[in-house]
Amino acid sequence: MNEVKAMMAGNVWKIVVAVGDTVEEDQDIVILESMKMEIPIAAEESGVVKEIKVQEGDFVNEGDIIAIIES
Amino acid sequence: MISKILIANRGEIAARIIRTCKEMGIQTVAIYSEADKDAPYVEMADEAYLIGPPQVKESYLNVDKIIETATESNVDAIHPGYGFFSENGKFAKECEKIGIRFIGPTSHVMDMMGNKIEARKAMKAANVPIVPGTEDAIPTAEEAVEIAKHIGYPIMLKASAGGGGIGMQVVNNDEELQKAFQSNAKRAEMFFGDGSMFLEKKIEQARHVEIQLLADRHGNVVHLFERECSIQRRNQKVLEEAPSPYISDETRLKMGQAAVDAAKSIGYTNAGTVEFLVDREENFYFLEMNTRIQVEHPVTEEITGIDIVKEQINIANGKELAWKQEDLSYNGHAIEARIYAEDPKTFFPSPGHIKEFDVPKGRNIRLETAVKSNYQVTPFYDPMISKLIVTGQTREDAISLLKETLEHTSIKGIKTNIPLLLEIINHEQFLSGNTTTTFIEEHFSPIKKK
Repeated sequence: MNEVKAMMAGNVWKIVVAVGDTVEEDQDIVILESMKMEIPIAAEESGVVKEIKVQEGDFVNEGDIIAIIES
Repeated sequence: MISKILIANRGEIAARIIRTCKEMGIQTVAIYSEADKDAPYVEMADEAYLIGPPQVKESYLNVDKIIETATESNVDAIHPGYGFFSENGKFAKECEKIGIRFIGPTSHVMDMMGNKIEARKAMKAANVPIVPGTEDAIPTAEEAVEIAKHIGYPIMLKASAGGGGIGMQVVNNDEELQKAFQSNAKRAEMFFGDGSMFLEKKIEQARHVEIQLLADRHGNVVHLFERECSIQRRNQKVLEEAPSPYISDETRLKMGQAAVDAAKSIGYTNAGTVEFLVDREENFYFLEMNTRIQVEHPVTEEITGIDIVKEQINIANGKELAWKQEDLSYNGHAIEARIYAEDPKTFFPSPGHIKEFDVPKGRNIRLETAVKSNYQVTPFYDPMISKLIVTGQTREDAISLLKETLEHTSIKGIKTNIPLLLEIINHEQFLSGNTTTTFIEEHFSPIKKK
């Protein structure tokens, strides 16, 4: 199991995968908006998206868990 | 006469405007979001009002709340700063409706210059050179490809209502154009509510040089010379200087005159900036007009001795300009370095807690800052936290003072672009003054995250 964490504080702008999707390493999971920039947050390992813990528009802090990938 | 101003902005520019108001004996009202309650500018103002949560739509872009605050605090003018409502004709109209002066040009001129297609038409009519391209919005990708045949690649695809690089893309062939057309039109529609697209020839090895204007309400227009702003990344400026180290006196004169002609022909009033692209042969082309104060205005102030915010207020008061063009000159060389809260290698934003913020002081060092020691930089706004402006008798003096100052600046707790700024000003190409808008892209591309 692999946790995808926010590397900085920001708003969740877009969620680009869905629960059950198979994702590759480095594939974008969500796009955060921080300081007027779009920051893609990617999976560190390939696997299946088990859970997405945020919704579009949510505010996340650095280190918050965004999604869980099952490898 | 204006005696009390609400500043509809935040950060360093709000602080900058408040300072001039104090010098002029004008009362100031600051507005702030929950995220900015401890901001230095809030403390500086005579009065300050919380207007909403951190998100800009609910605070700094909340028309009703700002107008209500302006009415209740009894101000007679609003200064919009840059960004937010500064180029919003509708907001200016709302102010006019309730008898509060908007410090800027008329809403009509703002709307005309805010629409890039309209602006191009107006400039063409005023005999100001424009980049070869289309006159009207292009309805479909197929038609764009057809028109591209006549312009020739590379081409800049642009959104008519665009800004900040959004909806804009360089395309090198039919296939790229076709692809980019759909996605950029969609993006522009989403961001600006207007998906009209047009094409411009891409000017290769271009420099970005802009002319500062002041125009009173009596038909007098002067320019305060140029600023060189070629050091950019993602279409955002990083280092700006005045005068330009590159253009000849002849080009300087011609560009100044073209900008003044442009302003006169559209009936421009207040402070404004005409941005040009300059090619290798020093041909210059109208890029856009910014109908507001610019981030980089201090470099012009340093070499001309003119306080541009003070002139904006004087013009709004109906005063005539104190100078004719021939009375104006400049002295020395000024450089502005924008300090961003971002990783100098990946260019990713770096919000967080600033433990220490210490910038050396000196006679030729000017600091405009949104932050201080023991201060939280939130992720809600632009990553620019400060501007450092240094002045010297020559460009070499200014560069050496900037280097000295940046090397002794200590910002702890967040990452900043200071290491990148130092690399740039030590770069041979920057030292020679021979930089184009692709300089950072070519030499300092962000390192991809593994």
